[in-house]
Amino acid sequence: MLFLDFLINAFAFGITFLYGSTGEIITEKAGHLNLGIPGIMGVGGACGCAALNIMCAAGNLPPWLIVIIGLLAAFAGGALMGLLYSFLTVTLRSNQNVTGLAMTIFGIGLTKYLFYTLAKKPANSETPVIHYLKALDYYRFPFAGQKSSLVYCGIMVFLGIAIAIVASIILTRTRVGLHLRAVGESPATADAAGINVTRYKYVATIIGSGIAALGGLFYIMDYQGSQEAYLSIEAMGWLSVALVIFSLWRPYLSIIGSFVFGALFILASYLPVFGVSVNMATSNLIKTLPYVVTILVLIVTSIINRRENQPPASLGVSYFREDR
Amino acid sequence: MSRASTKEPLIHITRRSTIAPWKGIVIRIAAIVVAFLLCSMLAYFLIGAKPADFLINFFQGLFGINRMSANIRLWMLAKDTAILLLIALALTPAFRMKFWNIGAEGQVLISALAAAAVTYYFGDKLAKSEWLLLLLMLAASITAGIIWAVIPAIFKALWNSNETLFTLMMNYVATYFVAFCLVKWTPDSSSVLGILDHGHLPTLGNDYILILIFTLITTVFMFVYLNYSKPGYEISVVGESTRTARYIGINVKKVIIRTMILTGTICGLTGFLLVAALDHSVTATSVGGLGFTAIIVAWLAKFNPFVMILTSLLLAALNQGAGQITSSFSVSTALPDVMIGIILFFVIGCEFFIRYSIHFRKKAHTSVVQEKGDES
Repeated sequence: MLFLDFLINAFAFGITFLYGSTGEIITEKAGHLNLGIPGIMGVGGACGCAALNIMCAAGNLPPWLIVIIGLLAAFAGGALMGLLYSFLTVTLRSNQNVTGLAMTIFGIGLTKYLFYTLAKKPANSETPVIHYLKALDYYRFPFAGQKSSLVYCGIMVFLGIAIAIVASIILTRTRVGLHLRAVGESPATADAAGINVTRYKYVATIIGSGIAALGGLFYIMDYQGSQEAYLSIEAMGWLSVALVIFSLWRPYLSIIGSFVFGALFILASYLPVFGVSVNMATSNLIKTLPYVVTILVLIVTSIINRRENQPPASLGVSYFREDR
Repeated sequence: MSRASTKEPLIHITRRSTIAPWKGIVIRIAAIVVAFLLCSMLAYFLIGAKPADFLINFFQGLFGINRMSANIRLWMLAKDTAILLLIALALTPAFRMKFWNIGAEGQVLISALAAAAVTYYFGDKLAKSEWLLLLLMLAASITAGIIWAVIPAIFKALWNSNETLFTLMMNYVATYFVAFCLVKWTPDSSSVLGILDHGHLPTLGNDYILILIFTLITTVFMFVYLNYSKPGYEISVVGESTRTARYIGINVKKVIIRTMILTGTICGLTGFLLVAALDHSVTATSVGGLGFTAIIVAWLAKFNPFVMILTSLLLAALNQGAGQITSSFSVSTALPDVMIGIILFFVIGCEFFIRYSIHFRKKAHTSVVQEKGDES
C-alpha cells in the first residue's frame, strides 16, 4: 500500500516535468532550443497565482471560472515569454543558447519579484494575506482521501497527460505536425515547399512556452501548494529540458519519463517510510539520482545513435532565407 | 503573374558583410542606454522611484557616496569583475569550438569544495607550512575542475553526447555533493561550515589584488593561446567545421578533450581563489550563478579575452548598481535580476542591427519593381 502511494506520488510529481518537456518538445520540433524554460515555468506559475490571488480575494466567483482563468493566466504568462523569445531568436536571429539563458535569469527574477509582491504585508495588518492557495481545492477532486497521495491527482494531472497525448498525435499524425517537423529539420526546404517558416516557429514556441508555464502553476500552486515552492522551480525547469532528451523528442514517451523522474526525485523522502534508514548526508547523494540518470540516458542514446532518436537537424540554428 | 506576388516587401533585411567599428559601438551603447531608460521607467511604475533617483542610486552603488565608500565599492566591483572574467575565460576556448559548456557553475563549485576539503582534512596537520597547504589546495581544485569538465568532453568526443545538458546536469550533481560534504563535516549537521582557519592566501595590500593579478595573467595567456598558438588555431578550425578539421589532419577528439582540460584548469583556479582568497569557506551557493552569467559575458565579447574585460565589468556593474537600488528602495532582491534580464535582451537583440541592415521600401522605387515584375 505504501509502495502504491509512492508510485501515485511519483506520477503526480512527474506531471511538472511532463508539462515542461511537452512544451519544450513542441518548441524544439520547430528548431528552437529554448533554454528559457525554467524562467518561463516560473513566470507562468507567478501569473497563474497572481490571477488566482485576485479572484480568491474577490470571493463569490464560481469555482470552474477560477480554475479556467487560473490556467489561462499561467498559459498567457508563458506565451508572452515565448513571444519575447521568438522575437529575439526568430526575427532578430539571436543566439538561442544565450537568449535562453537570459530568459531564465529574467524569468526567475520576475517570478521571485511577483511572489514577493504577492506576499507583501498590507499597510494595516501584520501578516500578509495570501489567497491563491485557497484555489487549491478547486483544482483537486473531493473524493480523493486526504492522507493518500491520490489527493495530488487533480484536474491538472489529467490535463497534462491529455496535452502530451494530443501533442504526440498532432506532431506525428497531422499535416500541421508534418510541416512543423519539416521546419525543424530543414527550414530552407520547408520554405521552398511554401510553408511559412516564421509563422510556424513563432506559433510553436509560443504554444510550447504556454504549455510549459502550466507546469510551473501545477508545481507551485497544486503539487507543492506552498508559498516557498517558487524558489525551487528553476531546477524543475532544467530537469524538464533534460526530459526532452530522455523521451527522445516524443511527448508520449515523456509521460513515462516524467514518472521515472518523479519517482527518482521523491525517493529520498520515501526511503525512511519504506524502512530504509537514510541519514541527512546520504539523502543529499540520493537527490543527485534524477540528474545522474539523465546523464546516463544522454550517454546511452548517443552511443546507440539511431537516426530516429536524434534531435531535429536544424536545432539551435537561426534561419535566414538569404543565407546559402 | 499577379501584381501582389511581385510587390516588394515593406522591410527588406540583408546581411552586412562588414560594419565600421564605431557604428558597432554606437549601436551597442544605444541599446544599453535604451535598456536603462526602460528599467528606470519600470522602477518608476513598480516601486515609485523617480528616474533621477534611480540613476543616482545606481551610480552610488557603483562609486559609493563618499571617498571611503568609493574605495570599498570600486574594489568590490574589481573583484566581482575579476571572478566573472576568470570563469568567462575558462569557457571561451570551449565556446570557440562550439562546445556549449553551461556547467562552469558546477566546475567552479566542485573545485571550491576540493580546496575546502584539503583545508578541512589537512589544515591542522600542515599548519606550519602554509605554502604546502596552499599548493595542495590548488592541486586539488584543479584536479576537481578538470574531472568535472572532462567527463562531458570524453563522451562528446567519443559518441557526440549532447554537452549542453550533460554539463548542466553536472551542476546539480556538484550542488548536492557539496550539500553532502557539508552535512558530513559539520558536527551538528547544521551544514554551516564557517570560516576555515587555514589555507588563506597572503594579502598584498588588500584581499583583492592577488585575484586581479591572477586574472590579468590568465587573460593575456588566453589571448595568446587562442590567437597565436597551434592548439588555439586547432580550436578555431574545429569550431568552424569538424569535417575540415578532420580533413587537414586535426584529431578532433584530442582537441575537444584538451580544450576542456584547459577549461577545467581555469575553473579549478577560480574555485581555489574563491576559497583561499575570498570566502575561506564553501556553501552550495558559493558560485551564485556566476557560471551562467559568464556564458553571457563570453558571448557578448565575441569570445575575445580583452573585450571580455569590458563585458564582465558591465555585468558586474549592473549587478552592483541594481543591488544598491534594492537596498535604497527596500524592494525584493529579485529586482536586479529582472533589470539585468531586460538589459541583456537589448544587448543580445542589438546584435541583429550589427549583423544585418534593414532597407525600407521606397515609394517611387516600388512601382518600378512592379512593372519589371510583370514583364518577367
